[in-house]
Amino acid sequence: MDFKNLLFIIMSAVFVNNYVLQRFLGICPFLGVSKKLDQASGMSIAVIFVMMLATAVTWPIQRFLLDPNDMGYLQTVVFILVIAALVQLVEIILKKYIPALYKSLGIYLPLITTNCAVLGVTVLNITGPFVGQDTPYTFLQSMANSLGSGLSFFLAMILFAGIRTRTESCEAPESFKGLPITLISASILAAAFNGFAGVVETLFG
Amino acid sequence: MNPVVLAVLSVTVIAFLCAVMLVIASKVMAVPEDPLFPAVRECLPGANCGACGYAGCDGYAKALATGEEKRTNLCVPGGDGTAANIAGVLGVEAEDVVEMMAAVFCGGDCTLAPERADYQGARTCAAAKLLSGGPKACPYGCLGFGDCANVCPVGAISIVKGIAVVDPKVCIGCGLCSKTCPNHIIHMIPQVQKVFDRCSNPNMGKPVMDVCKAGCIGCTKCAKVCPEGAITMEGNLAHVDHSKCTGCGSCVENCPTKSIQFVDWKKD
Repeated sequence: MDFKNLLFIIMSAVFVNNYVLQRFLGICPFLGVSKKLDQASGMSIAVIFVMMLATAVTWPIQRFLLDPNDMGYLQTVVFILVIAALVQLVEIILKKYIPALYKSLGIYLPLITTNCAVLGVTVLNITGPFVGQDTPYTFLQSMANSLGSGLSFFLAMILFAGIRTRTESCEAPESFKGLPITLISASILAAAFNGFAGVVETLFG
Repeated sequence: MNPVVLAVLSVTVIAFLCAVMLVIASKVMAVPEDPLFPAVRECLPGANCGACGYAGCDGYAKALATGEEKRTNLCVPGGDGTAANIAGVLGVEAEDVVEMMAAVFCGGDCTLAPERADYQGARTCAAAKLLSGGPKACPYGCLGFGDCANVCPVGAISIVKGIAVVDPKVCIGCGLCSKTCPNHIIHMIPQVQKVFDRCSNPNMGKPVMDVCKAGCIGCTKCAKVCPEGAITMEGNLAHVDHSKCTGCGSCVENCPTKSIQFVDWKKD
C-alpha cells in the first residue's frame, strides 16, 4: 500500500463512484442546500468532516467488535448510534472551543447526523466494492475512501450550486419551473459524470 | 455466551457509553448564554423588518442585551407595548415610540395619470425606472409594478388601478417599502397625521397638469385657507405640519386637483 494507491482510491471515489451523481446517495441535501454557493460549500465541508470522523470510529468497531463476535447484522444499528452520538459530541466541542467554525458548520451538523451518504460511506468501507483490489480496505484506505467520498459530495454540490443559480435566473417553461428543471439538470450532470468511468483506471491503474 | 444476549449487551453498552459521554460533555463544555438576550428577544415581534436599524430582531436584541444600544423604542412595528416590555426586562424607563405609517405620495392612478409608452420589460419598478424613468408620463409618480408590495413583510400594500395603496390597518411602519421605492414616493408619516399631499411632482402648474390630473400644481390655495397655518409650500408641494393640523378639512375641500386628501386610515 503506497501513496499512489491511496490517491487512486480518492480519485475513483470523487470522479467514478461519485456519491451523489453515480451512487445516488445524499440526494436530499444535494437538492435542498444547493441553492446558494456558500451554503453548499458549508454543508459539503461538514459532510467531509463527518464522513471521515464516522469512518475513523465505525471501522474499528466493525473489525474488532462486530466481526469477531459474528454480529455483522448489527452493523446499521450500531453505526447509526455511534455516528449520531459522535456528531452531537463534535457539535458541543465546536460550540465551546471554536465558535466561529460552529457558526458556519453548526446548522448543518445535525442535518447530516444520520444522512444516508454518511452511513453509506461507513458501510461500503466494510462491504466494498473495493476499487483495484479484492481484499477489504485497510483502515488507511477506508479513511482515503471517506475523504474521496466527501470530496465527491463537495464537487457535486459546488457544480450543482453553480448550475442552479443559472437555472433560477432563466425562464423555464411553466411546467418545468422549480423542482422539475432542477431534477432534469441533476440527471444531465449525472450523465456527464459517466464520462469519467475508465479515466481514473487508465491514469493510476 | 448466548449470541442474543451478547448482541443486546454490546449495543446497550455502546449506547450507554455514548450517553455518558454526551452528558459529561454537555455539562463540562456548556456555553453560558446571556440570560438577557432570550428575554429581550422574546419581547420583539420577530418580523425581522430592520426598522430599528439592526440586522433583524436578533441583532437589536443582542445590542440591547449587551448594553450597546440604550434606546428601547426603536421597534416601530412593536410600538409602545414592545418598548415597555423591553424596558421592563432591562429595568430602564420606557420611552414612547413614534408610530409611523407608510403613505404613497402619488395619487395618479391609471384613470388620472396617462402613460407615455407601452412598457414590455421586466415587471419591476426598478427595471422600468431604468428605461428613461419609466412608462408613466409623470416621471415622479408611482410606477405600479409593486416592488414595495413585494418587500412588505405583512402584505399591507396592494396595487389598485396602477398605483400602490397601503392598507393602514395592516401596515406596521417598518419602512421597507420606503427604502425600496425607486422613485422615493413612499414616505413614513406619523400615525397622528390627518391630511397629506398625495403628489411628489416638484413642478408647478402646466407641467404637472399635462402629466397627471391628480397632481399638486403648487397653487398654494391650501396654505392660504388653512385656519391653523399648518400647511407650508416646499418645492411646490404642500407640506402639512401634523402638530398644528386639526383635521378641519378646508384644504381638502379647496384643493383644485384633489391632491390633498384625508389620511383616513387611523389604526383602531
